[in-house]
Amino acid sequence: MTIRHHRAVGAVAAAGALALALTACGSGSDDPGTAQEVSPQDVAAALEEGGELLVWAWEPTLDQVVEDFEAEYPNVDVELANVGTGNDHYVALQNAIGAGSGVPDVAQVEYYALPQFSIAGSLADLAPFGASELDGTYSPGTWNAVTDGDAVYGLPMDSGPMALFYNAKTFEEAGVEVPATWDEFLEAARAIHEHDENTYILADNGDAGFATSMIWQAGGHPFAVDGTDVTVDLADEGTAKFTELWQQLIDEDLLADVPGWSDEWFQGLGNGEIAALVTGAWMPANLESGAAQASGDWRVAPMPQWTEGANETAENGGSSLAITEASDKKALAYGFLEYANAGDGVATRLAGGNFPATLADLNDEEFLAEEPEYFGGQRINEVLSASATGVVEGWQYLPYQVYANSVFPDTVGQAYTGSTPLADGLAAWQESIVSYGNEQGFTVTE
Amino acid sequence: MTVLASPPAVPQTARRMRRRSRWTGWGFVGPFMAVFALVFLAPIAYSLWLSLFQTQLVGGTSFVGLDNYVRAFNDPQFWSGVGRVTLFLLVQVPVMLGISLLVALALDSGRLYGRDFFRLTIFLPYAVPGVVAALMWGFMYGERFGLVGNFNDLLGWNLPAPLTSSLVLPAIGNIVTWEFVGYNMLIFYSALRVVPASLYEAAEIDGAGPWRVISAIKLPAIRGALVIATIFSIIGSFQLFNEPSILQPLSPNYISTHYTPNLYAYSLSFSGQQYNYSATVAIIMGVLTMLVAYVVQLRGMRKEA
Amino acid sequence: MTNVLLTAPTTRTRPTRPRLRVRRSSHARPTRSVLLTVLTALVGVYALVPLVWLLINATKTQPDLFSSFGLWFSGDFALWDNVVGVLTYDDGVFGRWFLNTLLYVVLGAGGATLLALLGGYGLAKFDFPGKRAVFAVVIGAVAVPGTALAVPTFLMFANLGLTNTPWSVIIPSLISPFGLYLMWTFATEAVPDEIIEAARIDGAGEARTFFQVCLPMMAPGIVTVLLFTVVATWNNYFLPLIMLRDPDWYPLTLGLNAWNAQATTAGGEAIFNLVIAGSLLTILPLVVAFLLLQRYWQSGLAAGSVKE
Repeated sequence: MTIRHHRAVGAVAAAGALALALTACGSGSDDPGTAQEVSPQDVAAALEEGGELLVWAWEPTLDQVVEDFEAEYPNVDVELANVGTGNDHYVALQNAIGAGSGVPDVAQVEYYALPQFSIAGSLADLAPFGASELDGTYSPGTWNAVTDGDAVYGLPMDSGPMALFYNAKTFEEAGVEVPATWDEFLEAARAIHEHDENTYILADNGDAGFATSMIWQAGGHPFAVDGTDVTVDLADEGTAKFTELWQQLIDEDLLADVPGWSDEWFQGLGNGEIAALVTGAWMPANLESGAAQASGDWRVAPMPQWTEGANETAENGGSSLAITEASDKKALAYGFLEYANAGDGVATRLAGGNFPATLADLNDEEFLAEEPEYFGGQRINEVLSASATGVVEGWQYLPYQVYANSVFPDTVGQAYTGSTPLADGLAAWQESIVSYGNEQGFTVTE
Repeated sequence: MTVLASPPAVPQTARRMRRRSRWTGWGFVGPFMAVFALVFLAPIAYSLWLSLFQTQLVGGTSFVGLDNYVRAFNDPQFWSGVGRVTLFLLVQVPVMLGISLLVALALDSGRLYGRDFFRLTIFLPYAVPGVVAALMWGFMYGERFGLVGNFNDLLGWNLPAPLTSSLVLPAIGNIVTWEFVGYNMLIFYSALRVVPASLYEAAEIDGAGPWRVISAIKLPAIRGALVIATIFSIIGSFQLFNEPSILQPLSPNYISTHYTPNLYAYSLSFSGQQYNYSATVAIIMGVLTMLVAYVVQLRGMRKEA
Repeated sequence: MTNVLLTAPTTRTRPTRPRLRVRRSSHARPTRSVLLTVLTALVGVYALVPLVWLLINATKTQPDLFSSFGLWFSGDFALWDNVVGVLTYDDGVFGRWFLNTLLYVVLGAGGATLLALLGGYGLAKFDFPGKRAVFAVVIGAVAVPGTALAVPTFLMFANLGLTNTPWSVIIPSLISPFGLYLMWTFATEAVPDEIIEAARIDGAGEARTFFQVCLPMMAPGIVTVLLFTVVATWNNYFLPLIMLRDPDWYPLTLGLNAWNAQATTAGGEAIFNLVIAGSLLTILPLVVAFLLLQRYWQSGLAAGSVKE
């Protein structure tokens, strides 16, 4: 299939790059200096020589990838550890880096958290390993997220171009058309809640990841980062579009006050009382296992648009694999990264339900033609892949987004309880972001 | 004061024996204190050290003297947390210890049917891991699909949602009470069990009724257990962390990152990597807690005097 | 503060009149009260309702879990399937977690009880330099919030090379301040000084006096402290979360949490039914332990009461 073909091309391209970069010192052994080029041969030699590799990740499909990888490179022993999900994982990583011991060679890092680790110098730049050659391999949204100028801090593992997941049965019962624009979405929200007071179009009680993705889609650029100079503006035009719409949804009580991923949430997704989700393309697998009783009811539509007929979307979630600066087996680690996120590992993960970040797979006919029963045989990947092509460019996360997201409920979240307008909540969030940034030595301007 | 503060009265012979081997006691206390020094004192000393510095993501570490302490004293987020746990302390601890004491007295009275059964069931919640407790209470408190919702639907009630309103503090108080009633009950109960029979005999001779026995013999006899349980409950309240932290994902807008001082210290340290300021908050809380415990101790003794 | 906290608070002078070995007759067999039983039962119900929820929901399949009334059975009775699922999921990693927990409990709670026993006895029966400071220091240290100490502790343990080993969980669980207090109280109450004196006069060393004469008398206290430390170690969550990175060393609580969090990740499989059934399996050994300890406890109490 295309993946193999693509990989062969990639290898040839990399070999060509090597021929040009003959000046590179072929030390072949463990730790390359940061500026040193590392040739594919060096990586291949490291894979041949083998050794132990510690990988921290919670992505479930990596189990199989590791197994296959070890079969292909019998001298390499990969220890895959799930040290927690999301924040727990970052805490562990931060602690290990702080202590300078027990740091993994490879770590899963979500796109939004990458800048936090790269700016602290905790992650290795993969450009000297030839990662720059992979430009064009991944969807622009994900590639943009792992790069900073010429530096590459990770290889994209999966992606989350956003789409509208909706329960067709609930929509039908309420006699509501699938909304194509956000105006229609507001109408649909009213109609659905009016039809049954227990039913809501969305569950949202304030989620930083979702809100930032919404602002992203609306064309907002609230965060601009240049080295340690940070600009924050949570009242720009794009942000204002989101604020206005969401304020209406909140005021009219059209959002279910159910926290995401709680059992109530899964219950609502299963019984139709939460009629839709605007979220990343990785959602299908979660719906299938968490809301199994609604099998056949769910469908996927393009993300509602601000301008009719446009195809503007954003990324939500998704993660990369990165190599830590502390690792003394970077060449070997890069071999694993390449295998898992650009090589044979990709197909393995897709088979396990991952949504690809690789363009070749996003456009793969077999992938596009899948007709999952859960979605009533709809070719959902066509919709989701199309979303990946519409991701609005130029988005940046803060170099301390993990912290910023943690105080989102303290500030913006208050608007969801009705105690303060959303715009004020965002202003309060901005205030925390600015004061924290300045405290931490960044130069933050508003 | 003197009563509590003086060591148990011992016969003169014992005194003499002991003077011969004054360091023998350390042979028994030493192992505990050695491990204690490693896992408590050393980290505290380290925290004191940390609290004098500031580490930035950009710019590294610098000595800032008492700046962190000044900042904490002017930090409204910190003090609102202190206020909240103080309120919690004043309401929840008396309720919890009251129930524990009543149940312990009931068990000890021997007037219950199925005493062993109750002792087990009431203690059981203490055995439930926090993760599991969060699952259970998340369900119970659910307004839409949970038990509160079920009752509202079935009976036409209009119970407020415990996790999406100002009721969140009582909701946490309920969980803490649920978890620790049995624990404290067991402390009181085991203290009651070692009340010397001779005291009861004396009461019997005096012809005292059950209430008189409780107030004149049982309560004074377990005063020490009561005071120490109160002190540990105060420490527990001031360190309130597990329950709000577990419920936070279910009620993020009502349980802020600075909901309790300990949660604040945790967020500072783990989300914000402000280890220095976090250590400062922890130390101030430690000192505050000791002060309050001290006052309670004084009061407990005044009553006895 | 020092003065205040250093004495076992249940201290009081012994009755001086001659002790008669009279059974607590009226106290042991009072008339039973229905009213009192009903009132206690209310507290019992309060304690049990959430556990009943756990028991009922452990019998449900994943879809039934979210579509049925929580306090009643529904759909297929899937308890057995769930239990088998728990024990076999991910190559039976639950069994590994169970053994880890057992290891932490045996060494951690056992060690904590032993240290508390020795320390409590030392405080109760000896005068030694620095004694007045011991308990004050312990209480003072306990007053500092542990969550904020987690990072310093982690960094220290990392320097000692202890993180991500069982020792990083076991060593901190060796300290039970409340256990120390309880043992101190029990030793003060349950071991008469005269008996220690008698043993010494007979020429027994301190160690022999302690192990052969005093230890049996402190049995009820030991069992109580053991119960508390076992439960605390069994449910230990925060510390292992910070210290352990290798799932092969996880205790049950961390493992269950990992399973619970699994549903919240992209592509993760929701296994709430296994989380709930696993929780039930996690609690069961504690219930059994309590029932077993209770027997010793009863006999220990009986032995203790003989002294009077």
